[in-house]
Amino acid sequence: MMPATAKNRAIASKSGALFNRPRLKLLLLLGLPAVWFLVIYIYPLLHLLSQSFYTFDDFTMTVVREFSLDNIRNLFSPANADIIIRTAAMALAVSVFSAIIAFPVAYYMTRHASGKMQAFLYISVILPMWTSYIVKAYSWTLILSQEGVAYWIIDALGLTGVLNAFLDIPSIGGNTLSTSNLGRFLVFTYIWLPFMILPIQAALQRLSESLLDASSDLGARPFQTFRHVILPLCIPGVIAGSIFTFSLTLGDYIIPQLVGPPGLFIGNMVYVQQGSIGNMPMAAAFTLVPILIIAVYLYFAKRAGAFDAL
Amino acid sequence: MSVIFENVKRHFGDVKAVDDVSITVKEGEFFSMLGPSGSGKTTCLRLMAGFEQPTSGTIYINGEDATWLPPFKRNVNTVFQDYALFPHMTIEDNVGYGLMVKGVRRKDRAIRVKDALKLVDLAHVANRRPNQLSGGQQQRVALARALVNQPKVLLLDEPLGALDLKLREQMQGELKALQKQLGITFVFVTHDQGEALSMSDRIAVFNQGRIEQVSTPETLYESPKTRFVADFMGTANIIDNTLLPDLIDGPQVFALRPEKIRLNSDQGDMTLQGQVSEIFYQGAVTKIEIRLPNHRTVLVQPPYAFDRSSLGGQPVSISWDRADMVRLEEPAT
Repeated sequence: MMPATAKNRAIASKSGALFNRPRLKLLLLLGLPAVWFLVIYIYPLLHLLSQSFYTFDDFTMTVVREFSLDNIRNLFSPANADIIIRTAAMALAVSVFSAIIAFPVAYYMTRHASGKMQAFLYISVILPMWTSYIVKAYSWTLILSQEGVAYWIIDALGLTGVLNAFLDIPSIGGNTLSTSNLGRFLVFTYIWLPFMILPIQAALQRLSESLLDASSDLGARPFQTFRHVILPLCIPGVIAGSIFTFSLTLGDYIIPQLVGPPGLFIGNMVYVQQGSIGNMPMAAAFTLVPILIIAVYLYFAKRAGAFDAL
Repeated sequence: MSVIFENVKRHFGDVKAVDDVSITVKEGEFFSMLGPSGSGKTTCLRLMAGFEQPTSGTIYINGEDATWLPPFKRNVNTVFQDYALFPHMTIEDNVGYGLMVKGVRRKDRAIRVKDALKLVDLAHVANRRPNQLSGGQQQRVALARALVNQPKVLLLDEPLGALDLKLREQMQGELKALQKQLGITFVFVTHDQGEALSMSDRIAVFNQGRIEQVSTPETLYESPKTRFVADFMGTANIIDNTLLPDLIDGPQVFALRPEKIRLNSDQGDMTLQGQVSEIFYQGAVTKIEIRLPNHRTVLVQPPYAFDRSSLGGQPVSISWDRADMVRLEEPAT
C-alpha cells in the first residue's frame, strides 16, 4: 500500500497533468465538437457547393466532373432569376413584417410583463413550434381557402370588399386568399415569427434600464429614446432574427407548394433539380444563392455599424 | 431652494422604501444622502430625477411642483452609478446627447461638448467609445454628459463606488472643486461616511426609509442625535446603564467617540478599570478594545503612536470627560 502522501501526490500529478497543459485541455474540450463540425457540417457543405462547378451533360443526363461556370451563369437566366427574385422578395417582406410585429411583443415581454405574464408569453411564443410544421402549413390552406375560416370572419365583419380590393392588387393578390401571395406571406410570417421575437427579446433583455433612464434624464422624449437608444441597441437582435426569417423563407419548399400562386421558390427548384432531373450541379448552384445573400446582408449590416454595441 | 421634499413616501407593496421624508436642499450646496443599502437614499434620488413617482407627498424643484413631471421635463441631470453611457455612441455623441434631443444645432453642440470634455480633462477621447475608456474616464464622461446641459441640480448616484481607493479620493477632490467652480447644487448619494464627511456641506443620514438627522458633517460627527447616526458616522461607544449601571441612571443613552477616551490617565471625570482584550492596528490609527469587569467592551483610540507590544492582556484604566458624552434620543418604544 502506498503511504498517504505518495498517494496524494499521485492524484495531484494526475489532475495537475491537465492544469499544466492548457493545449491538451483545449484539445480534449474542443476535439470532438470540432471533428463533428468539420465532418458533419463544413465538409459536406463545401463538397455540395463545389458541385455547382461541375458540368451536367444534358444529353446523357449525368454529372461530369469538369469545371464550368455554366451553372452560375444559368442562375441569371430570366427563368431562374425570376425564381430568385420571387423568393428573395417574399423573404424580405416576411422579415420586415415579422420585425414590425415582433418588436412590440418582445418589448412588452421584457419591459412591462410581470414574472408570470412573461412566462406565459414565452410559452405562447414557443408553443406553436412544438407542433408539426407540415400540419400547421396544411391547416392554413384550409383556413385561407374559399369557404374557410378566414373568409367567414371577413364576411361576418363586412370586410369582403376590402379583401377583394387587396386580392385585386397585382403580384400581391390572386383568385382567393389561399392562392395569393398575400396568403403565402401570412403563412410564412405566422410560421417564422417566433424566430424573430426571441432574438429581439434577448437583445431587449440585455438593454440596461439605466440607459433608458439616462436618455430620459438628458431630456429625450419617449420616442427619441426609442429612436436613439432602444432601436440601435436592439439592431443585433433584429438582424439575428431576420437571418432566421430570411434564410428559412429562402430555403422553404413546402409552403410555396401549399399556399399561394404557381411559380417555384428556390427550395422547390433545388428539389426539382436534384430530385426529378438529377442535375446536382444546378441544385448546388441554387443553394449558393441564400448563402451569398446572407453573407452580403451581414457584410453591409456590419459596415453600417449594427454590431458596434456588441 | 433647489429641491424640497414634503412628506414624501414611496412604497413598493409592503416595502416602505421612502417613508415620510422631508428635505430642503439649498441652492448651490453640496448635499449628501448617506445610509446603508436599502435605506431609501437612492430611491429619493430617483424621485428627484423623476424615474419614480411618490406614493404620496410633494416634490418641488427650483420652486416648481415637479411631483408628476417626467424626467425629460426636469431641469436636473443624473450621474449614474454604472455611468449608463450609451455603448453605441462615441464619447462626443454621448456628451452631446442631451443637446441633440433638445434640438441644439450641430455647430453649437460641438462647441459645448468640447468645453464640457475639457472641463473633465478628456478632450482627447472624443472619438472613442465608452468601452475603450477606463472606469475613471467613463465616470468623467458621465459627469460631462450631465453638466453640458447646465442643470440647476446635479444628482450623483454613488458615482465613485466602482473606482479603486486612490482614484476615488482623487475624484472626491475634483468633484468638490468642480461644484465650487460651477456653483451648481449637487445632491450626492453614498454609503461611504468618510466620503460624505469630506465632501458635503450638509448630510442627510438615512435609515430604513427615514431620515435620522440632517446636519453639517461636524455636527453629525460631534453631536449625533441617534444611536444609528452615532454608530454609522465612524465608531461610537454606546453608553447606557446596562454598561455602566453605577454611572448612568435611568433610560439615558450616550455616545462616546473612542478618541475621546484616555488610556492610563487620571484626567477626566469618568474613570473605569479594565483589561486590554484586542488591539486593532489600522495603520494611521490603532483601536484598542478594553474588556470591563462586567464583560462588556469599550473601544479606545489613543491619539498618538504608542508601544502596542506591552499592552496585550494588561490591566488598564480608562478615563474621559463627561462633557464628551453625547446624549442620544432613543426612539420611544
